Amino acid sequence: MKIVIIKYNSGNVKSVANALERLGWSYSISDNETEILAADKVILPGVGSASSTMPFLTNKGLDQTIKKVQQPLLGICLGMQLLCSHTEEGNTDALGIFNVSVKKFPFKQGYKIPHMGWNSIQLSEGSWLPSSVQNKSVYFVHSYYVESNQWNAATSDYIQPFSVAMKKDNFYATQFHPEKSGDIGELILKEFLSL
Amino acid sequence: MLGKRIIPCLDIKDGRTVKGIQFENLIDAGDPVELAKAYSRLGADELVFLDISATNEKRATLAKIAERIAQVLNIPFTVGGGINSIEDVKRLLEAGADKVSVNSSIVKRPDLLNELAAEFGSQCIVAAVDAKCIEGTWLVHTHGGKKATDIQLYDWVIELEKRGAGEILFTSMNNDGTKSGFANDALNYVSEHCNIPIIASGGAGTMQHFLDAFKLGKVDAALAASVFHFEEIEIKKLKEFLNNHNIPIRLT
Repeated sequence: MKIVIIKYNSGNVKSVANALERLGWSYSISDNETEILAADKVILPGVGSASSTMPFLTNKGLDQTIKKVQQPLLGICLGMQLLCSHTEEGNTDALGIFNVSVKKFPFKQGYKIPHMGWNSIQLSEGSWLPSSVQNKSVYFVHSYYVESNQWNAATSDYIQPFSVAMKKDNFYATQFHPEKSGDIGELILKEFLSL
Repeated sequence: MLGKRIIPCLDIKDGRTVKGIQFENLIDAGDPVELAKAYSRLGADELVFLDISATNEKRATLAKIAERIAQVLNIPFTVGGGINSIEDVKRLLEAGADKVSVNSSIVKRPDLLNELAAEFGSQCIVAAVDAKCIEGTWLVHTHGGKKATDIQLYDWVIELEKRGAGEILFTSMNNDGTKSGFANDALNYVSEHCNIPIIASGGAGTMQHFLDAFKLGKVDAALAASVFHFEEIEIKKLKEFLNNHNIPIRLT
């Protein structure tokens, strides 16, 4: 199986690569359209800001490449947010695979921002995530969130309920970091890789 | 619910972990990579690696150790010690560290914090603060606690948040190494006045101390070293204890 991690100006390409290695998979890291479209699985990692990564993707033509991908593609954290239509982070138009907006967490007394640490997830009906991860904790770091929507695969609660995993056609996404979520995260990565 | 985090801290000197008692008298407690793996298995939520010799002895960077840790560890980790520049941070993040902690260098030049937050995002910048309560006033110290400044802790933490810190790791020098509990009053003040996560450090001796830090100190995470390294407190038992006292926590 050929796994390609999309290479762009995101912070955690290496973390995803390390996780794949721990699971015994080989992979390549590429920004080449031919290579990305020839892969069996594509991963769009993401740590950083939408306002700096989205122009980078557009300049490289990777925005169009991602839309052309037919195989399972997994967007992680910022990668998930970039698959949405618009984000309040720098008022940025994103890829628009999921027609839903990304908003900044509102201020609420007693709730720190970013939402950082381990939070439990609740699977939506027909979720692509394995049933064994129901109510388990996974690792989050983010200040913007995706509103709960029709493509929910899982939700969580911080300040308010929000979407933490999605699926539409061949596009999959998690707001949390499966590559940093211990054994539970590994189960989720394995599930995606076995699709 | 978002869980409170339990964070073992591994102090590193010459590639080996050590634990400073009041920052002096170093005791070797093992290999950082092996310890990292063990702590992940034992249920740690996150790990912090601090190169305690870096500032004083200007030893080589932690990047090589960070790279080895990143390969084996499936939970987040922070690396700190002697970080002075955007280049230092870039090297550590590229090696696979999830976050870096900065301390003396941002006291010396606070604008560095703004620059790091702008370059890498606040989420990966932990502002570490060592402070000592002297005649009722908490004063920030640098260089592993060796140098006193005239900066007041409560002003400094507000400034750290404004300048773009993603988290604050506050070590009470009065409590560190004493195993008499965390500095809960100061932690409570810092936590109530900052809208970013606060990590308590210094003073852990019993499971009750952790409960107090969460309940009284209102912190988001608690860090400790020797009680974990020498197995005086088992992380699994600590988490069960906290769970039984209604503290939201990840059970593994």
